[in-house]
Amino acid sequence: MTINVRPARTAAEEAIAAALEASITAEAGQGRIPEVRRAARDAFLSHGLPSRRVEEWKYTDLRAAVRDFPNCAPAPGAMEEAEAAPLVPSLPNAGRILFVNGVLSRAGSDFAALSEGVTALPLDAAIAAGDPLADRINALSPSRYDGPLALNTGFLGEGVALRVDAGVKAARPVHIAHAFPGVEAVAGFTRTVVVVGAGAEVTLVETFAGRDGVAYQSNHAVELVVGDGAIVNLVRIQEEGDAAFHFGTLMLELGREAKLNLFALAQGAALARYNVYGRFEGTGAHAGIRGATLARGRQHSDTTLVIDHAVAGGESRELFKTVLADESHGVFQGKIVVRRAAQKTDGRMMSQSLLLSDRAEMDNKPELEIFADDVQCGHGATAGALDRSMLFYLRSRGLPEKEAEMLLIQAFLGEAVEYVEDADLRDLLIERISGWLEKRAV
Amino acid sequence: MLEIRNLHARIGENEILKGLDLTIPDGEVHAIMGPNGSGKSTLSYVLSGKPDYEVTDGSVSFDGADLLALDADARAAAGVFLAFQYPIEIPGVANMTFLRAAMNAQRKARGEEEISTPDFLKLVRAKAPDLGISQDMLRRGVNVGFSGGEKKRNEILQMALLEPKLCILDETDSGLDIDALKVVAHGVNALRSPKRSMLVITHYQRLLDHIVPDVVHVMHKGRIVRSGGKELALELEESGYAAYAQDAA
Ligand SMILES: Nc1ncnc2c1ncn2[C@@H]1O[C@H](COP(=O)(O)OP(=O)(O)OP(=O)(O)O)[C@@H](O)[C@H]1O
Ligand SMILES: [Mg+2]
Repeated sequence: MTINVRPARTAAEEAIAAALEASITAEAGQGRIPEVRRAARDAFLSHGLPSRRVEEWKYTDLRAAVRDFPNCAPAPGAMEEAEAAPLVPSLPNAGRILFVNGVLSRAGSDFAALSEGVTALPLDAAIAAGDPLADRINALSPSRYDGPLALNTGFLGEGVALRVDAGVKAARPVHIAHAFPGVEAVAGFTRTVVVVGAGAEVTLVETFAGRDGVAYQSNHAVELVVGDGAIVNLVRIQEEGDAAFHFGTLMLELGREAKLNLFALAQGAALARYNVYGRFEGTGAHAGIRGATLARGRQHSDTTLVIDHAVAGGESRELFKTVLADESHGVFQGKIVVRRAAQKTDGRMMSQSLLLSDRAEMDNKPELEIFADDVQCGHGATAGALDRSMLFYLRSRGLPEKEAEMLLIQAFLGEAVEYVEDADLRDLLIERISGWLEKRAV
Repeated sequence: MLEIRNLHARIGENEILKGLDLTIPDGEVHAIMGPNGSGKSTLSYVLSGKPDYEVTDGSVSFDGADLLALDADARAAAGVFLAFQYPIEIPGVANMTFLRAAMNAQRKARGEEEISTPDFLKLVRAKAPDLGISQDMLRRGVNVGFSGGEKKRNEILQMALLEPKLCILDETDSGLDIDALKVVAHGVNALRSPKRSMLVITHYQRLLDHIVPDVVHVMHKGRIVRSGGKELALELEESGYAAYAQDAA
């Protein structure tokens, strides 16, 4: 006899279960979607919000942290769209898809005006039209239960499907902007499906921002297929409001000699978790997965990577920099799996953190699971305070303490930011980071 | 300009400056010589405000103000500059960015306008080549990958740009080849003025041939034990510090 040890549902779990049920009953979707959603709902009903007893959630206990569940928002009106505007970083050269409170803003999106060879469809339209992109929905989900992703799939409906035709070098970046401007807390779920054809090249920018002081829940998943020989640059800027929950998931599949260059900046939300599932499906692919996390106050920011080398000759480079002030808490979990067939895999993972206060806390959990014998894999983690002799050198030249600290923090983060190839995006990241540092300095 | 009275300073439990007196009038160049470990660098750090040191007694007045009451950056803005014995490397902070940030921080502290980009570039272009600082060295991280001598020259470039009132040079000659020594000495001499004073710490008479001091002091066990004219340096070169070791014992 087995005993079900799952504790009773929390109030938040009850509310989520009821909302899921209501959402699926009201509008389940078309084709295979209702089935996909129901399966996710069932998984949520049996597993619930992950607690610290689940290994991958040891440092980020959602069962304890998520106390209630707000409603999903209706489609944005002109007023919401106007309020969203200041929450969207300006990328003059990019084509934009805008979500307000987790719902597509048709008025704020440039579906018709993307680069040649780049097609974007509202997710519901792609499903209704039976577009092949719709078949990719939930195709890359990991087999292991992932609470926020299960909710993203359970509430599936809002989102965008993007295709870059084979051989196309997209002239302009695609900017997928998420804004939560409302004074009422809402829950927003979006799904982005991107298929980049063989030999194509595209730059994607995801931005997230929202109103401070509002405990909204922002949950976004991306499924990204990088075709053979294709190149994708992905820059993510997470600047959610200071009371928000942010859940981000990237599910990634790399084809033969495909290349992904990801940079994820995380500096918002009361609690944030970014989960990357990367899978090398074709030989000789390269993934550069890097990021910077900045947290202050009582912020909690978690980055968790699972990089799965299924085939030979893959190369992955992970570098995450974390800056923690006050009583903030940073988490970096990185797992590199090298399967039997994945000979000649070369994987290097590094997590470096800078603790600006002795009350800040960083947890690192690197893991290597290697089943092939001819591989080069390594990981490392460092944590420390700002270098006192560097600080004195700068101050002896007249730089006030905060300014000297800022220069050193920027230098620390710069070692990761410099991997972003696009100069405009690099400048944008530096500007956002400086903004955060200046706010801290006052 | 600078008046040090009965200065006592320690690091941890270790008292290093033990009642040091030193006065440097406007426009004068004073040299300090003394055996290893006598506290010369400590004095330079205490004057520039390094937080590791605790001043337990005495006073330092700088242009009439209480220097010890100021933080390191405020001392810099007031005109104190230390050319470090061992300049450190700061990876990721470009030398140019650093030089400009330093100039502007000091200007801001004094209530002056920030320097414009063209003016700044013009200034650097006017001063860097004379000190043998290349464009590449300006673009690199502060002192990163610089040779020992290049680091010392970069210190003098900073001094030339910041135009301090009191220049403290801590063994700026060590690690310099003969030509570089002349370049650095020339840079320092160019800054000599009736309104600017200098405190030159060195072990060698050689530097003082190029930067001719008004007064030479001997430091021993945390105090100035003798002062004299520039000929004192020559005498020390001959006889060493043995006599002072006996005096102090
Ligand atoms: N962090 C420290 N902790 C303890 N003692 C220290 C520390 N730093 C310096 N000292 C001691 O203080 C004394 C003076 O050192 P300082 O560097 O001022 O000497 P100096 O005169 O500059 O010597 P040198 O000619 O070798 O440069 C030395 O005995 C040294 O060991
Ligand atoms: Mg010394």
